[in-house]
Amino acid sequence: MATPLTLKELSKKDLLLTSGHRMCAGCGAPIIVKMVLLASDYPLVAANATGCLEVSTCISDYTAWKIPWIHNAFENAAATLSGVETMYRSLKKQGKIDKDIKFIAFGGDGGTYDIGLQSLSGAMERGHDMLYICYDNGAYMNTGIQRSSATPYGADTTTCPAGSVIHGKPQPRKNLTKIMAAHDIPYTAQASPSHWLDLVKKVKKALDIKGPKFMNILSPCNRGWRSKTNDAIQLSRLAVETCCWPLYEVENGVTKVTFKPKEKKPLVEFLKPQGRFKHLFAPENENMLKNFQEMVDKEWASLLKSAEGGRASGTE
Amino acid sequence: MKLKGWKDVNPGAVCTEAGSALQFKTGSWRAAYRPRWIEENCIQCLFCWAYCPDMAVNVKDGKMTGFNYDYCKGCGICALECPGKKGNKAIVMEEEGK
Amino acid sequence: MARKSGRIAAVTGNEAVAEALRQVNPDVSSAYPITPATDIMQRFTSFVSNGKVKTEMILVESEHSAMSGCIGASAAGGRVMTATSSQGLALMWEELFIASGNRLPIVMSLVNRALSAPLNIHGDHSDGMGARDCGWIQLWSENAQEAYDNTIQAFRIAEHMDIRLPVMVCMDGFIISHSIERIEYMEDDAVSKFVGEYKQLNPLLDLGHPVSYGPLILPDYYMEYRKAHDDVMSKVPGIVLNTANDFEKISGRKYGLFEAYRLDDAEIGLVILNSAAGTSKDVIDSFREKGIKAGLLKPRLFRPFPYEEIGNALKNLKAVCVLDRADAFGGSYGPLFIDIASSLYPYKDKPLLVNKIYGLGGRDYMPSHAELVLNELVEVAKTGKVKMIKEYIAVRE
Repeated sequence: MATPLTLKELSKKDLLLTSGHRMCAGCGAPIIVKMVLLASDYPLVAANATGCLEVSTCISDYTAWKIPWIHNAFENAAATLSGVETMYRSLKKQGKIDKDIKFIAFGGDGGTYDIGLQSLSGAMERGHDMLYICYDNGAYMNTGIQRSSATPYGADTTTCPAGSVIHGKPQPRKNLTKIMAAHDIPYTAQASPSHWLDLVKKVKKALDIKGPKFMNILSPCNRGWRSKTNDAIQLSRLAVETCCWPLYEVENGVTKVTFKPKEKKPLVEFLKPQGRFKHLFAPENENMLKNFQEMVDKEWASLLKSAEGGRASGTE
Repeated sequence: MKLKGWKDVNPGAVCTEAGSALQFKTGSWRAAYRPRWIEENCIQCLFCWAYCPDMAVNVKDGKMTGFNYDYCKGCGICALECPGKKGNKAIVMEEEGK
Repeated sequence: MARKSGRIAAVTGNEAVAEALRQVNPDVSSAYPITPATDIMQRFTSFVSNGKVKTEMILVESEHSAMSGCIGASAAGGRVMTATSSQGLALMWEELFIASGNRLPIVMSLVNRALSAPLNIHGDHSDGMGARDCGWIQLWSENAQEAYDNTIQAFRIAEHMDIRLPVMVCMDGFIISHSIERIEYMEDDAVSKFVGEYKQLNPLLDLGHPVSYGPLILPDYYMEYRKAHDDVMSKVPGIVLNTANDFEKISGRKYGLFEAYRLDDAEIGLVILNSAAGTSKDVIDSFREKGIKAGLLKPRLFRPFPYEEIGNALKNLKAVCVLDRADAFGGSYGPLFIDIASSLYPYKDKPLLVNKIYGLGGRDYMPSHAELVLNELVEVAKTGKVKMIKEYIAVRE
């Protein structure tokens, strides 16, 4: 029987990612992984792209994973999992495996938006029965906060440092969720750990759909965002409430916004607590803040437009 | 722990003991603060359990029962997210050794 | 010798390898097309499409993903193969080390082709030589028959429980992959009995024993894993020979770590890989007819390189020419030469060595080239003097 989606019931389940992993204090990624694994009532097998999550959860003889897990390299979690899933199909066809297993890949934004995009695109196009989850912390955090194509506009990183001539990242974030939805796969969604039920529901729905699925989940990183160790959930909530990180899903081509804030908060509420955006609050960068707000507004409006006809419902 | 020699390492470096990271206690990472549970203010919402990145909130039969300081890194998410009861937090961060 | 009668066919090297793969019938194949290896997978996918094999194909978007898919599939727990050439192998480079480091018994057909730039699709050995240090076993093949036989043996070698290492089976692009030769196939039953049921080691799909593949290994252990890999490589020659013995029993065809052709009493000799060995053997025969004691050594197991056995086979010659179909830029000599020189290093008395670079990018290797080299060796043996150690042959000034 499916586990009811209440924290009380979920807390009775085995945690399939254990304590003793070495992610930084206050990291968003293990919160996400925990929620994803709890959402499943199926046996799972996971692949992990090189990155924070991978290097911190399996070191020498110490693995924090209680499910079968494979790390291969940086750019190929999707291709690696394609291999695992295909062997599963082959052995199942031959009667050597009888269980229904589900396959999940985890990759950071570097391993997903950038170096692993080809591998991901290929796996989705081939139609493997897998859910790819990007935990997007907006930079190459594992190697020391270098900019990625997921880094938000204006953010200060170690390779696009806020200087006197260039004020952080000049380009806006690549809209990967849209790119994945454009693959016309059965399910694409964006989620945030702050809205745990929305996240868990999406994972559960995704796992029940056969074929390739993609989820992009915002993953606060206090080291890279230059914020406090205790604000991962608070910041991811602000990202949602400012519509900087909208929660939505695209199921069989139908876009649905799964959370609409009653009152859309100004973007600065999300930016202000983060040191990576500090320079944007200098008087000479006022126009950048304005640009950034306009980008968010435009994207939110465009999302609402594509969701017209679909229902929107809050989950909080 | 005595380190293994090359003849004793697993072929292909495969880890064969699921969840063996439990042997690695991350509680020593706490720099200054640790969470304290104030049971009388607890409404058993379990947000602390859901949002803990280190799976260091103990639960039993669907109820929060305290912290596992062997693994808690002292990030403070639980305390910040704790709604408490009537404005009184059920989790507070306090200095280590207090 | 128990020679079992097989089917005789006239086929290309690619067709022969595809046939071997059909007979082995792997669980999964993950592949990407590239000239001249494309034909293997075209033929194999037609077996898949027509239900002749149980194999599930992954038709990936790049060679990097091809090998990544092989790694995932092999770790999952089953028999896996692929094929590639040249740039494809180069794109896989990172993954080659991961396949061997994870000790996954993947078999790959490598149809040897030159590397860019300049772009060239024809046969030379720069691709395979570029991958010689990646921890894979390499078997090299002179002709379609050897490519077929090596492919079948490769699965037994790779999957041997004492080693669990990936194997690359090499043959020359176009010269062998696209030329029609007479070949003797084995019966399907004989092949499937020879390779046997796939045995599992730490399969990822074993839900009862969840394992983690690909941990981060810090300086406290990295060297131990590398030493273990080095040690396991040393077990390979014995397993290659045992496998060859068993193979001979069912095929009547004999294989060793290398082929020694008229080498026993030879005073001068050629060392050469793959298809050009055939041409060279004809020329060796004509020199023998003239009373010149010439011989040839053709390595089969190139990685791990059987230094002791090869050194021992060559140490009594007076002069040896190593012909390389690749250069090791900046290494002074061709890659095969470097290994041959190393294999002779321990001996006080050893042959004088010369190194010729030939046949790059599909440039023809003609009997006249072998004659020229052998005549030079006669001179070197007589005078004890080497004029030039390394030289490109059949190149315009």
